[in-house]
Amino acid sequence: MSQSTPNASARNQTWDEFTEGLWRQNPVFVMMLGMCPTLAVTVSAVNALSMGLATAFVLVCSCALVSLMRKVVPKEVRIATYIVIIATFVTVVDYAIQMVSLALYDALGAFIQLIVVNCIILGRAEAHASKNPPWVASVNALGMGLGFTVGLFALGAVREILGAGSLFGISLFGADFQPWVVMVLPPGGFFVLGSWLLGFAWWEKRKQRLAGLQTPAERG
Amino acid sequence: MSQPTTPTLPAPQATPTTTMILTLGLVATLCGLIIVGAYEGSLSAVQENRRIVLERAISKVLPGAERIVGYQASSGGEIAVADGGDNSPPGTLRFHAAYDAGGALMGIAAEGAAKGYADTVRVMFGYSPKCQCIVGIGVVSMRETPGIGDKILTDQEFLANFKALDVRLNGELKALANEVKAVKHGSKTNPWQIDAISGATITSRAVGKGINDAAQALLPRLLPNLEKIGKNP
Amino acid sequence: MKNKPLHPGAAVEIRSAPHVKAPRSVEQIMRNVVYSLLPICGFFVFQYGISAAFSIVAITASCLATERFFVKTGTQSGSLSDFSATITGILLALTLPPGFPLWMGAVAGFIAIALGKALFGGIGFNVFNPALVGRAFVQAAFPVAIATYTPSFLPGRFGEFIPSSLAWPLMVPADTVAWLHAKQLDALSGATPLAKWKFDGILASAGELLSSMSGHMAVGPSPVLIILCGVYLALRRFMDWRIPLAIVGSAGLTAWILFAIDPHSYPNPFFMLFSGGLILGAVYMATDMATSPVTPGGMWVYGALIGLLTVLIRYYSGLPEGVMYAILLGNAATPLIERITQPTPFGKSGLLSPKRRATYPLHPEYISREEANAVTPKKKSFKPGKKS
Repeated sequence: MSQSTPNASARNQTWDEFTEGLWRQNPVFVMMLGMCPTLAVTVSAVNALSMGLATAFVLVCSCALVSLMRKVVPKEVRIATYIVIIATFVTVVDYAIQMVSLALYDALGAFIQLIVVNCIILGRAEAHASKNPPWVASVNALGMGLGFTVGLFALGAVREILGAGSLFGISLFGADFQPWVVMVLPPGGFFVLGSWLLGFAWWEKRKQRLAGLQTPAERG
Repeated sequence: MSQPTTPTLPAPQATPTTTMILTLGLVATLCGLIIVGAYEGSLSAVQENRRIVLERAISKVLPGAERIVGYQASSGGEIAVADGGDNSPPGTLRFHAAYDAGGALMGIAAEGAAKGYADTVRVMFGYSPKCQCIVGIGVVSMRETPGIGDKILTDQEFLANFKALDVRLNGELKALANEVKAVKHGSKTNPWQIDAISGATITSRAVGKGINDAAQALLPRLLPNLEKIGKNP
Repeated sequence: MKNKPLHPGAAVEIRSAPHVKAPRSVEQIMRNVVYSLLPICGFFVFQYGISAAFSIVAITASCLATERFFVKTGTQSGSLSDFSATITGILLALTLPPGFPLWMGAVAGFIAIALGKALFGGIGFNVFNPALVGRAFVQAAFPVAIATYTPSFLPGRFGEFIPSSLAWPLMVPADTVAWLHAKQLDALSGATPLAKWKFDGILASAGELLSSMSGHMAVGPSPVLIILCGVYLALRRFMDWRIPLAIVGSAGLTAWILFAIDPHSYPNPFFMLFSGGLILGAVYMATDMATSPVTPGGMWVYGALIGLLTVLIRYYSGLPEGVMYAILLGNAATPLIERITQPTPFGKSGLLSPKRRATYPLHPEYISREEANAVTPKKKSFKPGKKS
């Protein structure tokens, strides 16, 4: 921010837009949006990662298109337009996943189609993309999408490690590992999400405490 | 409303009807083009994927199959080569005939489904006309509890049930002579019974019911017409 | 030294009326519950040998360590000396199979305190019985290990561990069936009487279940012993007798009605009462003060609900045992039961005046956590010179 050249400041702003979704406003851990796929498909790292990337793709494409059309679309019909645009890209992703792997397609099940009603996408289209130029909207959407992917992966990795003793299908503990069945069942999603939130809250608190100890103004 | 406004200065309160319809139409056309493009582009790859998955499933229940042909049996008992589309009349059953390298019929693969513990369990089974029995099964899809219900994939004792599961028809060729059924673990006495996995009785029963329902419906139609599909067309 | 009761000769107390007798402290109650659990633990060890002893010690230690961690970090209130974590650990161990791998037991103990207690703020604030929260977690996580019982009174049980106990952390426990086979004890089944009834249709006699002594049945401590310990607690008013009675009565009645309708498909009510963990759950788990209703009417409703649910789950679900889920559901229903069973204060009801609910939400004998905590500072203020 303190840079004086306009170029650097613009780059900073882009970086800001990008990291908003990736970290500060992470859809999973901060905004707690899109809980349905978050809890349902994160039984393994591969599922979580592909779900996250599919959502990120839909998010980036639809936000870019919405942003391109923001001056053309009258506000009376904007929701219908957004939904049609989002549904289009979800269909594209649907076909793409079928092309890549039918096993993955079966594992993700109805949650691919349910990306249409994922509140992150409609929320970003409405709140951000419809008010910003395509470049900014795309970068922000990419950040959000990757943030969602990271969140899903964080859940999926823990659930796969505990639930199956492997990561990306590679066994970590040998054949004698005792799987924690609960982790691949729906309650496991809640446990792991809760634990991550707990961890982040603790980290945040600790950071505040350390900051409070360091600045004398705060203490006084 | 009917007054045309200049496009450069859209009135904030009222958007003309034509603009709204035009916009929606434009968006729909654009999206339609994208969807159709994606569909056309992915169709061949998806179909290839489906064929590989199907062949893999069939060769698992009927090992050694060289060529697989899809058939459909209508409710009247007619058997014809499946057209590949989904427009067959209701009541039609689909099955696959597998032929060995010499072109002789090895067996029939068909799908059965029944409600399991969590969701529908879909199984594919291989039927051998020679012994009038089921010679192998494979699970197509299921969402049973990991560690308990999914033992139907791995439990060797359970899978041994399907090496020669008796599905003979009764005298009039109208139904199975003996209903295929999963029985309590350790109490299997007849070749048409399935020894359930202890602790996973509900899932085992679902497998049995899925096979039974499919065999009850398909075999009475299939058996009188067996010569028709007897050799590689 | 905190737990030392107020000695009457230690200091002259001058107080104005009303002269109320010193309230029972939470520590006193909890300590007595622990004492009453000791004979039951002893019986458990007598049944299953050193595996059972190590199981109790490991699970209790895990509970205490978790409690200490959360108290130290300020997440939860309370202290180790209030014995509540000890009770949680012992009860948890008693509900798990004796050969339950020790590392899984430690996980169960950690979850019991962390998820069942610390999350809600510590003793007195928990919504669900912590021991059962821990058990529910391991039931979902390790369904095979938790259903693997071994026969009781095996020869050499005091010199040898059940092999599954000593599984490496995160690893699959050893196969107890193979172990029994190697010991030439194949004839003894490791299935619990409830599992035998549910999956094989074999009924054990109620008398055998009552003593837990005959044969090599895979059962927990004797129901008679648990009832005796419960009677001690009830007589000394450390526990309310209504809840166990309501649970046993309701479970017995439900089982008896079903038995009367169709004696062939339903077992006799005594089998239902004395098998599984019903008696232990009724006496020690359902009576947990923080998670059960405080109104006398509410206790009856709560107990009846648990008894009914237990029998229904055992009969109609895929699980052989239903006490745990029944009590957890009863815990969840407790605030609702308390609301609908508020006593009507004297003078508030009449033919002419509409019935009004009491405004106080607590039973007069209920000891809240704040009150219990307030004991120590009060003592100090009355005896300024004494070191407590």
